[in-house]
Order: sequence, then C-alpha cells, then structure tokens
Amino acid sequence: MTALPGIPVFVQPGCGPGEWGNALPVLHEIRHALARLAESGESRVIDLNAMPFGPGDEERLLALLGQGEIEARLNALGVTEIRETAVPGVWLVDHRNAEGERLVLHIEINTVPDILRTQAPDLRDAVATLDARLAAGTSEFPPRPDS
Amino acid sequence: MAYPKTLGESLRAHGVSRRGFLKFCAATASMMALPPTMTSAIAAALEQARRPSVIWLSFQECTGCTESLTRSHSPTVEDLILDVISLDYHHTLQAASGEAAEHAREEAMRENFGHYLVVVDGSLPGPDANPGYSTIAGISNYQMLMETLEGAAAVVAVGTCAAFGGLPKADPNPTGAVAVQALAGDKPVINVPGCPPVPMVITGVLAQYLTFGKLPEMDRYNRPLAFFGQSIHDRCYRRPFYDKGLFAQTFDDEGARAGWCLYRLGCKGPSTYNACATMRWNAGTSWPVEAGHPCLGCSEPKFWDAGGFYDALSVPPGNTGGTLLAAGVSGAIIGGAAAALAKRRQKGDEAQRQPVKIDELEQKL
Repeated sequence: MTALPGIPVFVQPGCGPGEWGNALPVLHEIRHALARLAESGESRVIDLNAMPFGPGDEERLLALLGQGEIEARLNALGVTEIRETAVPGVWLVDHRNAEGERLVLHIEINTVPDILRTQAPDLRDAVATLDARLAAGTSEFPPRPDS
Repeated sequence: MAYPKTLGESLRAHGVSRRGFLKFCAATASMMALPPTMTSAIAAALEQARRPSVIWLSFQECTGCTESLTRSHSPTVEDLILDVISLDYHHTLQAASGEAAEHAREEAMRENFGHYLVVVDGSLPGPDANPGYSTIAGISNYQMLMETLEGAAAVVAVGTCAAFGGLPKADPNPTGAVAVQALAGDKPVINVPGCPPVPMVITGVLAQYLTFGKLPEMDRYNRPLAFFGQSIHDRCYRRPFYDKGLFAQTFDDEGARAGWCLYRLGCKGPSTYNACATMRWNAGTSWPVEAGHPCLGCSEPKFWDAGGFYDALSVPPGNTGGTLLAAGVSGAIIGGAAAALAKRRQKGDEAQRQPVKIDELEQKL
C-alpha cells in the first residue's frame, strides 16, 4: 500500500497553514508548569496529541520553543527522540513506532525527562548483570601466577 | 484459549525493555485520552493484566469498522492481536473458515466462559424479522449473538450500526435491523459509534477494559466519556471563527479557503460527540473538518435520518426544496421569505463558484 507521504497531494498557493491561535494557550500552560518546577520541583507532561490543533499550530508552537543544547535517542519499540528546547527545563519527547509513525508527542517540563532516567527495577538487575560480567571476565583472564 | 502469562511477562519475553514498556504505556495513556500522569498507573496495571479472549462478530455491516481497526497505529492491530488481546474469532482477519472457524468460536466460549469479551460490528435483524436477511454458517445473526452473549463478561458494539442500528436501520429499515443493546439484556454494553469509529478509539476502549478490568464511565448512550465526553464543536480548531460569526457559505468561497467555520454548510459538530478533533485520522494526519468537509454527525443515533447532511443545524429537519416550495405556495410570509432567501443564496453561490474542468485538473496534477 502507498504510504501517506507517497500520496500526491498538492497544496494550492495561498492555502498554507493559517493562524488558529492554539499555540499561545499551550505556551501559557508551559509557562505555569515551568514556574511550578522552579518553585517546588513538580514536573508536568503535556500530551500534544490531545490538543485540538489546526494545521500549522504544532509547527508554530515548536518554532516558538526553539532548539536547545541536548538531543537524545532511545531505541525501544521504535525510535524516541528527546530534545531540550531553547527554554531550559522544557523538553520534547517524540515517541514513534517501528514504522516511524508518531505514537505520541509530549512536552515534558522537568529537569531530566523521566524516560531518560535509569528505571529502579533495571537498577536492581544492574548489579547482577555486572556481577555476571565480572565473573565471566575473571574466568576469561585468570589471575597471573606471580600476583 | 487461556493465556497464563501476564502482559508484562509477555512483553519481556519478546525482549521489550523497561523503557520500551513505559513508552508503550505512555502511548496507551494518550490513546485512552488519559493524562500522561497516568502512565505509571497504567504500567502497574498492564504489568499484571492477562490477555482477555475476544470474540468479534460481524453482522449487517460494510467491514468499514474492521478496516478502521486495521489502521490503528498505536498500538498496531498486530500488537493488539498478539500482545494485548487474544482475538479468537474474527471472520475477516482469521485464517480459518467454515466449520473450523465456528469451532474456534465455540472453543473460545467454552474455555473462557464468563470472562471473554464480545465485540460486534453491524446491526442484526431482530427476533421478529426474517432471519434469512443475514446468516453466518447457516446460523442467523440473532441466534449467534444470543449464543455468544451467554458467557460474555461484556459486549462492545463497534460502529454506529452495532451501537444504534446505523444504515441498515435507516428508514424504512427493510431487514428489521436492531442495535446490539436492544438484545443484550443485562450484559454490560459499551457503545463505540462512528461510521467508522476512530481506530484509536476502538483500540483505546479495548485497552481501557484490559488495563482497569472494568467498564469505563459512560454517557446516556453508553459511550465512553473519555472519547465521547465533548462535542466536535467544542474541540474544533475552527471554533474561534464560529464565535466571531465567520462562516464559509459554499465549499469554494473565500471563507472556505480561509478555513472559516463550516456550520452553515451543515456541520453537525455542535450536536455530535466524538474524538475526531483531537485524535484525527490516518495516524493523526487530519480529520473531515480539517479537510474542509462538515461533520456528518456519524456517532449520533439516527444520523442517517436526521435530515440533509448539508442543511445547517438551525434549519429544521426536512426544510429543503420541497418544504420551501410548499411554504411558498401557501403564501406564508416566512416561508416565502425563506424560499426567496434560498433562491438568492443559490444564485449567489453560483456566481461565486469557480468551476474547474477535468483538463485543468489534469494539468495541475
């Protein structure tokens, strides 16, 4: 089946994205969340999929937030791109499936996005993982006779 | 077909990492129209969830609902079948046919009695109608539904035909079609209307049931409030134009090109409850109003019989050419004025219209 980008749709000049005014209210929501993060450390996630955006609204919001210094990539059930915007503490978390289709786009107001942190159950398994590797390494490289 | 593994175990067996699982849960929260803060609660619930057996029955329908389901991108239908639910019977998607297919249904019913979920798309001829209008393997739709409902935990009516009768039930309803709810008795029914429903809403409702193991909060038509709690109009990005009184008058006028409100072109958004405006279609690409077409109100009862699709809501149903003509003949001042207005509007529309010839279209392509 032809993928969506393969369908020849031609946009008539003058019919581009308009100004629907939906980006600014979200920016205000981010502003309030950012103030709370600074004052109390409370983080917040905004699901952009739930926003009644018109064509071009999302692009305008992302352009207003700009590009920051950090970009990270998570490879799990498809790629997730995580990047800080030009506003410190405001992150974009773009989850995509194995076909590259967007699952959900979050704006996370946090010092570090939660998905980047090492998860507690993984941390518990990490000691065992390292022990196993140490054991394997010890048998691969036995101690020298003179040591 | 009982599956002893929990979903968490199943995902780990497939090599899905903790972060991958959290990502899956974040997408599931979004799909269920829940706030992202619910991700950890969903993760905890899904970790322990077991795949329920699902029996999908298709009756008087066009397969559009299944077509819609297979276009769900989060999770994909493959994920849904393999990881989230155990789809034990579905005419269109299963490989088996004939007696083997019916055997699969009977076996799923026997092994999961009291716990399986029945999904129905399509209306069915009622108990007093001729059963010959729609049969499967020689079994009438009515008989198959009643048999299958017996051991069901709940039934999900997918699509407007199953939820409200839809097109088959439209006047004059030649097959005596009824909605599933009319026959379900005391079985819990979740209606997921739409013609077809938004794919993510179908999977979202199933995921919600799986995650929390109970029926969602519903409105007076048994529609889950998470998806049908707000009107199209209230979530429409064109709403500010309605508030300013800026309306497209025809499909090709200046207002239509500028993206103004489609209310006067018959948009049923103000009286229609659905999630199209936020969930959109084709992997979130667009939705009818964004494509420039008014909402038809397809998730509402009797939408086929609710007057012309292009009559504005303020126009009383049936107030089309014939009625206006009758009013004009009777000499009623209001009727005459309306007829004159309609004629003037039509002339105005014709003057503004910019016809495009096929040659010109081909040149542009």
